[in-house]
Amino acid sequence: MNDSNAAAQPGQAPVIDGAPVVFHNVSIAFDGPPVLEDISFSVAPTETRILLGPAGVGKSVLLKLVNGLLRPDSGSILLFGEEISHMREEKLFPLRTRAGMVFQEGALFDSLTVRDNVAYQLIVERVPDDEIDRRVRKALQFVELEDTFSLYPASLSGGMRRRVAIARALIRQPELLLYDSPTGGLDPVTSTTIIELVMKERDVYRTPSILVTHRLQDAFTLCTHRFDAEQNKMVRLPEGETDPNTTFLMLEEGRLIFDGSLHGLLHSENPFVREFLE
Amino acid sequence: MAIDTPERTAKQLVLTVQDYSLFAYRAFMNLFTEPRYWPEFLVQSDIIGFGSTSIVLLSGFFTGGVLALQSAATLSQFGATAVTGQFVSITMIRELGPVLTGIMVAARNASSMASELGSMVVTEQIDAMRALGVDPMRKLVTPRIFACISMLFFLTIVADAFGILGGGAVTVFLNHQDGPQYFSKAWESLRYPDIIQGLVKPLFSGYIIASVGCFYGMRTTGGTQGVGRSTIQAVVNAAVLIILVDFLVTRVLLALFPPL
Repeated sequence: MNDSNAAAQPGQAPVIDGAPVVFHNVSIAFDGPPVLEDISFSVAPTETRILLGPAGVGKSVLLKLVNGLLRPDSGSILLFGEEISHMREEKLFPLRTRAGMVFQEGALFDSLTVRDNVAYQLIVERVPDDEIDRRVRKALQFVELEDTFSLYPASLSGGMRRRVAIARALIRQPELLLYDSPTGGLDPVTSTTIIELVMKERDVYRTPSILVTHRLQDAFTLCTHRFDAEQNKMVRLPEGETDPNTTFLMLEEGRLIFDGSLHGLLHSENPFVREFLE
Repeated sequence: MAIDTPERTAKQLVLTVQDYSLFAYRAFMNLFTEPRYWPEFLVQSDIIGFGSTSIVLLSGFFTGGVLALQSAATLSQFGATAVTGQFVSITMIRELGPVLTGIMVAARNASSMASELGSMVVTEQIDAMRALGVDPMRKLVTPRIFACISMLFFLTIVADAFGILGGGAVTVFLNHQDGPQYFSKAWESLRYPDIIQGLVKPLFSGYIIASVGCFYGMRTTGGTQGVGRSTIQAVVNAAVLIILVDFLVTRVLLALFPPL
């Protein structure tokens, strides 16, 4: 885990044994100025990295670079120790199955039931139906949506769709989780439910993850709370304590301007960070 | 909106042709390597084949009918109305059956493929599929292409049959001519090269319809407006390509099997 209080310097991704994700000087552009420029960071095993930044700054692009959905123009990306920036798409597919991804609007398949959406990978792998049903029910139980088993995504609310998307991402017990604005466009109560699920995954399964958000409230909740498995709900950490495995990255106009802990973020002197926090 | 320069437009066109060629080649070659998604093939065959039967049947019937009406009026000037059956069957089987069926199926299915895949792109379902370790080309595009090729082959036979039937109905009930003579002329005048020509064309048309529909669907950008744009481009380009390729295939087949 990188726990620097200062703004990150380009080209300084720390070397961490078993890091599921390492970025080295990654840049990407789409017919214009760079969307991301010289991005370097890493994710340690069991670490949750919260990627902050205003809308349109390149957060989702960065997340799609992590599992090879987009290719960088320059720099290198290591996913589970393998260089993926020039890897052929066919070779990327097995690597991607080791990482779960939750998309901005859920990205559930409209024509499939919740059961088939959650079980998508298992169906493709021709897992027996009984086994699929058992694992889908367990995943839906995790997100507390057992009753939606036979429903279609169209009949679910926005928050329920995100929770089904989380269940889909978890079904194969991934080694890395990528959340793309999982609370975007949701009401505060539903947002808290989603954040509680993210926290549950972090504290119960200890899966490393990257969470994109522009909502400071969600980010701070993740840092200042832990999931209590006995009470089956999140509880606040004692005053002054924060989750040591939850750290922050912040983007400004395609550049990484902060990489560090909550304490470092709150005491940063970077004017953009100050403005964002205020 | 800024107007593109001719140079930029030409570059875009070349780039689109290049992208389409690579896309169509990859989608075709996927059939020869694992994994293959046969259930998807069957579902698409049902949607394209069974779903298009009624429009192909009706368009074939009325095209045959109008051919009989038009030809009888002209042929009567030479006292040759007896060859109406020959005229209708050869025209339907060699040309109008394959081309009209192709255009009807393109209107129905290239548009549906472009809009369905386009919607999946803009709602990130295609990215989700890739993130789940499934190749959308293999899962969505290749089954559609092979379902379209195989179904268009049979739909063309249906269109030919109902075209000749439509011509027969007009000949008997409107032109008050001899029915058995119409059908015997329609049958006797056919040669194997005519049938080969009529059944080779839908193989190309089927490939064009599905590959163009999927190509424009998969490269959709710009939200719901982009889906509409992709749908229009898919139908227009598929229809034009069907007619262009029909011309080229006809030219080649006439060289291989010259008319008597």
